[in-house]
Amino acid sequence: MSSATPPWQPTASIQALHQRAALLADIRRFFAERSVLEAEVPTLSHRATSDPHIDSITALCTGEPVYLATSPEFGLKRLLAAGFGDCYYLGKAFREGEAGGRHNPEFTMLEWYRVGWDDRRLMEEVGELLSQVLGIGNIRSLSYRELFQHHLQLDPHRASDEELQECARREVELSFVPASRDECLDLLMSHRLEPAMGDGITLLHDFPASQAALARVETDETGTPVARRFEAYVAGLELANGYWELTDAQEQQRRFEADHRYRAMQKLHVYPFEERLVAALEAGMPECAGVALGVDRLLMLAGGYQRIEEVIAFPIERA
Amino acid sequence: MASYSTNEFKGGLKVMLDGDPCSIVENEFVKPGKGQAFNRVKLRNLKTGRVWERTFRSGESLEAADVMDRDMEYLYNDGEFYHFMEPETFEQHQASADAVADAAKWLKEQDVCTVTLYNGAPLAVTPPNHVILEITDTDPGLRGDTAQGGTKPATLSTGAVVKVPLFLEIGETVKVDTRTGEYLGRAKDD
Repeated sequence: MSSATPPWQPTASIQALHQRAALLADIRRFFAERSVLEAEVPTLSHRATSDPHIDSITALCTGEPVYLATSPEFGLKRLLAAGFGDCYYLGKAFREGEAGGRHNPEFTMLEWYRVGWDDRRLMEEVGELLSQVLGIGNIRSLSYRELFQHHLQLDPHRASDEELQECARREVELSFVPASRDECLDLLMSHRLEPAMGDGITLLHDFPASQAALARVETDETGTPVARRFEAYVAGLELANGYWELTDAQEQQRRFEADHRYRAMQKLHVYPFEERLVAALEAGMPECAGVALGVDRLLMLAGGYQRIEEVIAFPIERA
Repeated sequence: MASYSTNEFKGGLKVMLDGDPCSIVENEFVKPGKGQAFNRVKLRNLKTGRVWERTFRSGESLEAADVMDRDMEYLYNDGEFYHFMEPETFEQHQASADAVADAAKWLKEQDVCTVTLYNGAPLAVTPPNHVILEITDTDPGLRGDTAQGGTKPATLSTGAVVKVPLFLEIGETVKVDTRTGEYLGRAKDD
């Protein structure tokens, strides 16, 4: 830990908290000007995410297990299906076991949805918000494939399993042998490509179909199925993750079930999935795009802070 | 032996990696939002002093290394081994030249050093931060030159060579910082 102050004291400076308050006000103004409705949805829920790599924190409510929301996604999508239109959430989200220089298990998330938009159009709005808040004009947009080809001369969609594994083991000192394509890609992304991204705003799109999560899968101009998912990075820091949203209820049900099978196979906790989301999609959720953004990290970038505890008054060690 | 999971890794923790005892220098949690979690760790190999970088899957664990630091008095060198004694128990340990390594040139009898024990045997020796040693060889002193900043090499009783001010003579004692090899001042005889 960087700070040696007594544990009752905040780890963030008064200046950082002023910057936080101003940032939250800026975000709310940004959406008010665009007529996007701020909506509160539960952070305490009987259902949890099925994401293979995100764990929920479990609590007890009147004796029953409940989960702290890892994102407001299910609540906001149910509002969309109910016809509420463009909406956003700005508040807390929670993830089990995520703590470090860029992570705190309790963090502030901004998530918003745009009805009738696709991922490309939403990427532009993400770029506008980021350049307004950070005062950065340099925005570039490139595909996941282009990034890998540029830095590693590797096509992440077409390379063989052996080529991917060989590349991961050459580029990163590993204590284990990577077990899957996605593990190789995650290693290369976090160890090699994020640090190489530069200081501007990078909007990365068309992820491998295997990393679609809740995005649609479409065929790109080379005939490869890709996830219509994007991420925003600034100075190598991952800030936002967005989708052209899946609206097909049956496909949603299949992905939940596939996530459950994966988690069970990996001996991870299997949480009850949100069948009410499947029902909402069945009833008809409008075509839309949505994105989630880490506000603490945005504040780190806006204020030039190196570690997340510099922008959170009481991080988990002091909470 | 106990083992530690990646979320328990923190600076100074002693673990086994590739059969060698290591001390953790840094542990960074790395996780793409929708991807797998890793820990990117820097470790110092306590045998070689080299720093390794290694990435683990979050939740992996390493066996603890039976390594501990003890304060011990340096006794003597028998030509092959360096002998140390624990001041409380009078228990003696002999350390090889490999374990003592660069510390050898600072070792003065009765000085208290930190001896790192691995499976009960000395693995490394850290001399006191400051030592007081006698000059055994140097060029003749230049009187009246105390104000000027010039230095000259001087050999000390333990074999170390340090830069000292020009006015110092053979037989005088000096205080030296062993971490930097820097002359700190003249020591009073007492």
